[in-house]
Amino acid sequence: MPNRPQPALPEHDTDAFWEGVQKNELRYQTCNECKEVVFTPRAHCTKCGSGKLTTKVSKGTGTVYTYSVVRQSRHPNFADLGAYSVAYVDLDEGFRMLSSIVGVNDPTTEIKIGMPVKVEFEKQDTGDYPIPVFRPV
Amino acid sequence: MANQRRDAAIVGIYEWPKRVDASVSAMQMKAASIRAALDDAGLKWGDVDAIYDAGDGDGGGGGLGLAAYLGLKPTVIDTSQVGGSSYEFHAAHALRDIAAGKAKVAVLSYGSKSATRRVPIGTGGGAGGGTWSGNMEAPYGTTLIANYAMVANRHMHDYGTTSEQLAAISVATRHHAMRNPEAVQAMKDLQFVGVNEITVDDVMSSRVIADPLHLLECCMVSDGGGAVIIASGDVARNTKKKPVWILGSGEATKYRENGGDITTSAGAQSAPIAFGEAQVSPGEIDIAMIYDSFTITVAVCLEDLGFCKKGEAGAFVSTSGIAFDEPGKLTLNTDGGGLSSNHPGMRGIFLLLEAARQLRGESTSQVPGAKLAVSHGNGGLLGGTHTGGTVILAAD
Repeated sequence: MPNRPQPALPEHDTDAFWEGVQKNELRYQTCNECKEVVFTPRAHCTKCGSGKLTTKVSKGTGTVYTYSVVRQSRHPNFADLGAYSVAYVDLDEGFRMLSSIVGVNDPTTEIKIGMPVKVEFEKQDTGDYPIPVFRPV
Repeated sequence: MANQRRDAAIVGIYEWPKRVDASVSAMQMKAASIRAALDDAGLKWGDVDAIYDAGDGDGGGGGLGLAAYLGLKPTVIDTSQVGGSSYEFHAAHALRDIAAGKAKVAVLSYGSKSATRRVPIGTGGGAGGGTWSGNMEAPYGTTLIANYAMVANRHMHDYGTTSEQLAAISVATRHHAMRNPEAVQAMKDLQFVGVNEITVDDVMSSRVIADPLHLLECCMVSDGGGAVIIASGDVARNTKKKPVWILGSGEATKYRENGGDITTSAGAQSAPIAFGEAQVSPGEIDIAMIYDSFTITVAVCLEDLGFCKKGEAGAFVSTSGIAFDEPGKLTLNTDGGGLSSNHPGMRGIFLLLEAARQLRGESTSQVPGAKLAVSHGNGGLLGGTHTGGTVILAAD
């Protein structure tokens, strides 16, 4: 199993997101006042500054906005992954998330911009939190 | 250009000559560079009344620590730290402070030992967790290079840009580096495989570090430092060398946004401010010193600064003639850049140094009669949170 770095919690802005991940929920926020979609999680709206936000659960579907495949990483947690992908995924609810595309044999050739993907919660070797990643659908 | 103001000018410059130097500390590099730049200007240690410091140098305390180390008591201290473009921001602030009458002799300095300390700047993995952003990024292991590579992939997708086109930036920059003895020594000291001119094929056959960026599209990790002295107009008219006037500046930030365009940088916001203040158009610029952390950084910034339209940088760099001895109008990164001369982590000060050398006629790849230059720093991560600092410079 992978051994990705875990979030360091508690942390005021991101506690609720990772609590959701433990329940297989990909959470995002919308502003009660101006309807802006807010991500990554915060206690205020990035468009109007309102502190009145509603946390919602994404369907977890979206498309690959862009990606890269890391061929050389000095980070010890990624040493055993081989070439691994990183990607910005545009979720259907209108937020963009940094993640990784998994479930392809060769990430250097099989990942495409615009490709539809769906979230899954990847179990880790160590740590309390699975990590949300995306798989082509 | 009759209406352009001449409030402040670069009057003294110094670049640390060695890129691997175990004999000095980063703070020593800063202090010695400041003295050498003051000598270049014909100014004295005690003339300095303003310090701009990005907190490099490992000395602690930011501008306060530097003032104490130098033994100076400046009345303007600016500790803006916005990544590699900090020095363009510093030049902008020095212009502003001098124009406001708050300072007469401003010092910018840099010192870093990234090569000696073997810091894996590009491949060390992403930010640690524990912060609002780190907790959302650390699990994915996005190396610094991969962040820029994601911009390149999207640029290629949207505009048909190719790696072969981007490689033209590496080729021209190496051409300039081979004429710069300090850059040649840097590549030798850093054990480059092949300290020579390179071709597009060489770039394409170098290994991929993060798709689609190849090794020869990535800047080096070196030691390095330097200093820039910026003085008021009345001081500048009596210094040893011809002043290099700061005509205008612009600052901006950008970051990941829902639905945002990753192929457009903060430069799209900072450049029009700078060109507007300078009353200069991109078409008049002779020398572009653009932060070349990677080829894609240059491509995106050339577009955002208005040298070509969005999406056309691939064609621009591969056909317009960006080397100093090609007939093209715009000449790029004549010192050899971060790709082939030095990149100690935050390269912004070198963009000012080489632009000043060009406008004085002192470059090792001199463009005859160069009159206008732009120094554009991109700090932080091009595909994430970053800054753009644009400075327009003119020969006396």
